[in-house]
Amino acid sequence: MVRIEDFGNYETAWCPGCGNFSILTAVKQALVDSQLKLHELLFISGIGQAAKAPHYLNANVFNGLHGRSLPVATGAKLANPNLNVIAESGDGCIYGEGGNHFLAAIRRNIDVTLLVHNNQVYGLTKGQASPTTAEGFVTKAQPEGVPSAPFNPIEVAVAMRTSFVARGFAGMIEHLSELIQHGIAHRGFALIDVLQPCVSFNKVNTFAWYQQRCDTLPPEYDPTDWEAAIKVASEWGDRIPIGIIYRNDRQTFEDHFPVLDQGALVGRDTDRAMLKKIMQGYG
Amino acid sequence: MKKQIDNLTRSTLNILIGGEAGQGLVTVGQLLAKSLVRSGYSIVVTQSYQSRIRGGHNTFAIRVGAGEVTAPTDTVDLLIAFDRETVTLHRKDLSSRGIILFDEAFGIDGDSFLKVPLKDLAQGRFLNIAALGVVCSLLALNQGLVADAVDDLFGKKDESLATENRRVLRAASTWGGTQAISSYKLPAVTNPAQRLMMNGNEAIALGALSAGVRFYSFYPMTPSTSIGLNLAAQARKMGLVVEQAEDEIAAINMAVGASFAGAPSMVATSGGGFALMVEGISLAAMTETPLVVVVAQRPGPATGLPTRTAQADLEFILYSGHGEFPRAVFTPGTAEECFHLTRRAFELAERYQGPMFVLTDQFLADSYRAVMPFELENLAPVKVAPEGIASSPYLRYARTESGVSPRLVPGMSEHLVVADSDEHTEDGHLTEDLSVSRQMVEKRLKKGEGIRTEVILPTIDGEAKPDLLLVSWGSNKGAVQEVAIRMNSGGEKVATIHFSQVWPLVPEHFMDHFESALEVVCIEGNALGQLARLIRRETGFHIKKKVLRYDGLPMTPDSILRELNR
Repeated sequence: MVRIEDFGNYETAWCPGCGNFSILTAVKQALVDSQLKLHELLFISGIGQAAKAPHYLNANVFNGLHGRSLPVATGAKLANPNLNVIAESGDGCIYGEGGNHFLAAIRRNIDVTLLVHNNQVYGLTKGQASPTTAEGFVTKAQPEGVPSAPFNPIEVAVAMRTSFVARGFAGMIEHLSELIQHGIAHRGFALIDVLQPCVSFNKVNTFAWYQQRCDTLPPEYDPTDWEAAIKVASEWGDRIPIGIIYRNDRQTFEDHFPVLDQGALVGRDTDRAMLKKIMQGYG
Repeated sequence: MKKQIDNLTRSTLNILIGGEAGQGLVTVGQLLAKSLVRSGYSIVVTQSYQSRIRGGHNTFAIRVGAGEVTAPTDTVDLLIAFDRETVTLHRKDLSSRGIILFDEAFGIDGDSFLKVPLKDLAQGRFLNIAALGVVCSLLALNQGLVADAVDDLFGKKDESLATENRRVLRAASTWGGTQAISSYKLPAVTNPAQRLMMNGNEAIALGALSAGVRFYSFYPMTPSTSIGLNLAAQARKMGLVVEQAEDEIAAINMAVGASFAGAPSMVATSGGGFALMVEGISLAAMTETPLVVVVAQRPGPATGLPTRTAQADLEFILYSGHGEFPRAVFTPGTAEECFHLTRRAFELAERYQGPMFVLTDQFLADSYRAVMPFELENLAPVKVAPEGIASSPYLRYARTESGVSPRLVPGMSEHLVVADSDEHTEDGHLTEDLSVSRQMVEKRLKKGEGIRTEVILPTIDGEAKPDLLLVSWGSNKGAVQEVAIRMNSGGEKVATIHFSQVWPLVPEHFMDHFESALEVVCIEGNALGQLARLIRRETGFHIKKKVLRYDGLPMTPDSILRELNR
């Protein structure tokens, strides 16, 4: 089983004080607590500062294109369902460029854990609006203020009955680590939206801003109650609820493919007799 | 010369079935084609249809012969009209011996018309089967064999339906026998070898299965869609996953993910869908992930003519994907080549770890042919990550003499596999060390040298110093072959060179032939002469004369001969 020190220590390309550091710490802790084997773990990421995170720990990694981590993760999971697949990227990558894939992944309910570093701004390209930026937020690209309403990923995910929906905060590492651990343990698509400050480009939604608002759900909250979850999902203001907001036991995507009953597609022999029969069918 | 041309065209028969979408003319066409193939004849089918579900005007043409038939033709010997419009549109294409077979209910009259009491024969229900019965009797096909083809298609489960079909076939056949039209009887093929009937897309799907494809993702797009349908039908039996993705971008990224994790993967699409996939091509190249990409061309730009044919995306495929990386582009000319070159693409994708292309078009994708069964025993599936042994710590992008790094897949050993779309170090982690970047560019391009040593030689037919050398690629192969045969039998000195792989181009493979021909003509289904341009860029050789077709229809020998002024 993996230990914290197995992940190694890497120099990062992140700004000092970035929320990514705490998220990385929480991810490592969750993986240790999940008692996973390092080589059975596959991280898939997109492009952006968040998408670099998998480079900063020892694991199998596929760092692909902007917006496309979920399709790659889906393909990899189908090819080898024995892998624990974690997709990790930012709000722009997942909810913007990859929006269609986000919806499709929810519909499929592929057994992939999705970590979205959500800082409500584009960091790597220096401060433009992201899909989750508040309306009216002023940037160099939106000097009159953002003209669109923000995307609420939690509300959309609950509305679509995503099988696991959670929101965490980079400032609460232990809590976040537990959410990630639950997400990994969950069979099916698990969204964990992680609120984090961007110290360089988001001067509104700061660490203090999040800290004042983020509020853990009470112990008696029942995440299997969809109607309650929809209410919680729509909350965004002076109080921002964090925790496991919704979950269900939908059948996973992989379960629909009888061919995967035998496990990985990798390394299987081709049934030559069957192939010949198929060919003769054209006779 | 004229006489000999007539001999060649006479030894084949062109049957054109026309009608509206939804009338079942493709069903009749497939049944007739299957009956012909089972009787031992060679066929080339040309399907022409419109981008709609019902109505419009569609045709299914079968050119058939006892000897080898390689191309479609323009003139029609037997026109089977399911509607009046078919008569109006194709009457002018009738050969001197041509007849039009149609339902007497149309109430039209004239020479060369064979009015069939379809409703009587079919008892009002099985019009298609009645038409099939009449045609098969004119062609003197074995009635039992035709009935078996009908049973195979509709299944024998519904006993009463099967009985009814046979009864209508018999009645129609008997009626056809009374018509005293003997000029369509095909010479019998004695002891025909067992052959398959397969179109280009089916051959690609079978080729992929034999290569061991384990993952196929697609977004439906004519004329590529049936590749996915054929694979989906066999997915459970052959152990692969077929997924209809949310868009082409997802399709190619899924395939890259599956391949990275060790499943031999393929995607297929057409021009517009491929445009969406292009960033994924670059990703496969940068991450050095094996991937087979099939593009079935149709005329563009943009939506173009969705159901017609073209060879206008050669340059697009050649240069698709930002950055510089090696690739191979296969351009099959027959169903057999669709099978073998798809396998070849899988082999190269695994060996050189990157995207490899199979470029076809609507004509070939939909064109049924009679093919000999493939000797599957001798055709092994590809081996994934065959290197096995790797250094520790594992370096996914270890620099080697050949540029090919030992490949491992994640989860199959204790080694960790790191791949990156950013420029990366040998261990797969992103880097901005510019000296590393230079080495990695060179490493990737080095693989191109290996690919170049394995290029499939162009097929060269005819004498070494011809008066005329005809150059072709892709689905024009058969038409150009026939043109050469016809011209040579008329006393001319014509040779052909066909490229089944257009990239990499190796000048030593063909330049002697170009230089020793009096005249070289390039024959292409596009308006710019894209292969001719490529050849000029790579060799400096300027092919001045081109025969170009870009009206959405396939090349026919007659259309080429007209352009050659012969």
